[in-house]
Amino acid sequence: METLEPLKGRIEAAVPGIRVEIVPNGSPANPASLLLDSGHARAAAAFLRDDPALAFDYASNVTGVDWPERTVREKIKVKRMVGGAEKEVEELSERKTPACLEAVYHLYSMARKAGPLILRLRTENRADRVSLPSLTPVWRSCEFQEREIFDLFGIVFEGHPDLRRILMWPEFTDHPMRKDYIAPDDYEYEPTPHGATLERARRHYPGGTAP
Amino acid sequence: MMDEELRSELSRQGVVTTTLEELYNWGRKNSIWPLQFGLACCAIEMIATSMARFDIARFGAEVFRPSPRQADLMIVAGTVTKKMAPQIVRLYNQMPEPKYVIAMGACAISGGPFKEGYNVLKGIDRYIPVDVHIPGCPPRPEALLQALMTLQEKIDRQHLTGEGRARHLDADAPGEWPIPEFGKHDLEPPSNPALWQPPPMTRAE
Repeated sequence: METLEPLKGRIEAAVPGIRVEIVPNGSPANPASLLLDSGHARAAAAFLRDDPALAFDYASNVTGVDWPERTVREKIKVKRMVGGAEKEVEELSERKTPACLEAVYHLYSMARKAGPLILRLRTENRADRVSLPSLTPVWRSCEFQEREIFDLFGIVFEGHPDLRRILMWPEFTDHPMRKDYIAPDDYEYEPTPHGATLERARRHYPGGTAP
Repeated sequence: MMDEELRSELSRQGVVTTTLEELYNWGRKNSIWPLQFGLACCAIEMIATSMARFDIARFGAEVFRPSPRQADLMIVAGTVTKKMAPQIVRLYNQMPEPKYVIAMGACAISGGPFKEGYNVLKGIDRYIPVDVHIPGCPPRPEALLQALMTLQEKIDRQHLTGEGRARHLDADAPGEWPIPEFGKHDLEPPSNPALWQPPPMTRAE
């Protein structure tokens, strides 16, 4: 996939009303990805699979990302009047990105020997509105991986044929891969702890310091 | 009790003397039948131990039983996840006395490289009594044989009567251990306090 611009246009033409955003990736190796809006994601997925010129017939990997609310600091160039003359000044800008959970799909085309194409779907927040459309009806191979994301991140995939926890037991209520997950305090500590382990050990052993 | 000198003298003359305890323990220690199950990569080493090169049959322990009812020894070979732990305890409870446990490998004794994971039990000795621990990741087959020999020595030292008699001959000793339940955040209880207490930390700073 050389550039995603033409593909974005084709998806927008094929699925009316869809919002597609190209998410750049700063690293040299990783390609950019397409952020689809969740309302039209399944129609777009079916288009990507069924269009003979695209034929993305294989979803090799589905994974989740937890995005807590972050403050992004960027340097931007602003024109300012400095001492009577207009100058370009670098300014630090801060913006907040909303918290969300993300499902990432890696697609390949076996027919065209092409790929990967990366799709992203984002939930509205990471507390109560955490549902996304399931792409298992489009690609069967997503079934277990969407169950795993449901288990570990807590994204509810609507339209999934069998959405149950897959790794943890059904009575479990947490989502261990979320960034705010607190693991049970159930391991004994190093004999000479330091740093974060020492802090944990202090909390574990009542009375402040360890015996 | 016959003294050792007389005994060796008699055996030179072709007269074998023994005690019931010795005979009983000799029979038990040379026919330890393990339960056939594996949990992770340590099981591959356990399988290697049972094959021709290492040949666990030299110690009479080659009869891997597919049923806990016929097994004497549980080799916990591999990572015990919290989802698997109740089943391990249940299998242990289903084994008839006398029964022994070898915890094989870093994961089974302490959680190993997955110790800080949310889903890994930090040592099977939190729920069942372990007789021999084998360190290693995974331990070599020789280490498993060493553990088996250690267990044989332990069986050999067990008494049939008296205060410190073997557990299966003591009607008051427990034969079953409580099976942990799946809780909302962790197994409940997270360990059996009668068997395992967190070790004290010796140095804080």
